[in-house]
Amino acid sequence: MIFLQLFIEFFQVGLFAIGGGPATIPFLMELADRRGWYTRADVANMLAVSESTPGPIGINMATYAGYHAAGLAGGLVATLSLVLPSIIVVILVARVLKSFAENPYVNAVFGGIRPAVTGLIAAAVLGLMQTAMFTDENGAWRFPIVSVALCAAFFAAMQIGKLRRLHPVFWLIAGAFLGVVLKL
Amino acid sequence: MKEYLELYAAFFRIGGLTFGGGLAMLPMLRYELEEKKQWVTEDELLDYYAIGQCTPGIIAVNVATFVGYKKKGLPGGIVATLGMVSPSLLIISVIAVFLEQIMQYPAVGHAIEGIKVVVCALLLQTVLTMAKKNLSDLIGILTALAAFMLAVFSPVPTVCIVLLAGAAGVCFYLWERRKGA
Repeated sequence: MIFLQLFIEFFQVGLFAIGGGPATIPFLMELADRRGWYTRADVANMLAVSESTPGPIGINMATYAGYHAAGLAGGLVATLSLVLPSIIVVILVARVLKSFAENPYVNAVFGGIRPAVTGLIAAAVLGLMQTAMFTDENGAWRFPIVSVALCAAFFAAMQIGKLRRLHPVFWLIAGAFLGVVLKL
Repeated sequence: MKEYLELYAAFFRIGGLTFGGGLAMLPMLRYELEEKKQWVTEDELLDYYAIGQCTPGIIAVNVATFVGYKKKGLPGGIVATLGMVSPSLLIISVIAVFLEQIMQYPAVGHAIEGIKVVVCALLLQTVLTMAKKNLSDLIGILTALAAFMLAVFSPVPTVCIVLLAGAAGVCFYLWERRKGA
């Protein structure tokens, strides 16, 4: 039963993706390998669409992934399953807001998880770049010099003082424009 | 009933009008919830944000649940969350249905390729920002490195890596406390 599988998988993502939208990427990459509902290349497309449309990226990704797995109803099930753990945990925490944030054990748990999530996201981002940039349609290695140079240029530009505060949407529009002009 | 509709509508606007989620959403939340509706104070919103970041799930959803819960209890939390995710469901569903077809136009394909290049750069930036914030000491660096290695070179599921890291955090805390005592 695909909907039950979707529910179980995305409930897990919602429960363990700590640190917001980007934290869902390692899980979605893993799902691509394990369940085969979509490919790693699809994840790159999903991210491109999710970043350039309104709404939280994690929610957009879940809707998209669920759609790939089981159509429109799949998107709905995946998204609702993703937010259910949030609702449960936040309602539990909301009662004890202050003591939760100040509890040393809670802080210890998250003190361990936060750096680990950083490592997990770094691994997922490298995997995603490998798929999105360095692999052609047949799965063979490629090196698109223009795209790589452009990516490096964008990343460098994001380090410049005033540009750092620029909203991501501006970068995405610039990327779409350059993509069309340079026929990437 | 009217209050539930108001909650739903407010979060529908926030979800439908902000790009990027997470921190990018803060100004919009501030405007809608603090200035316009006066449902929360500045301090409360920042508290929700701080706790929303270290509770599981999407940060924007966690903040929505907090605010909805504060207004109208459990049903309020659910209504606010549904309002937040509704625009995503609508917009992404429409795009998902038509993307295959519109990808046939060469210009759209090129634009998506360009967007992917930016997404890669943005993700690298995210990793850099997270590393600066979370890898402040040797233990943090080692934890991140271990998680990275496990994710790349082993079949250990991501869920287990997260749980292990949480357990390691507690062990380290107990060890530090013992050393201090």
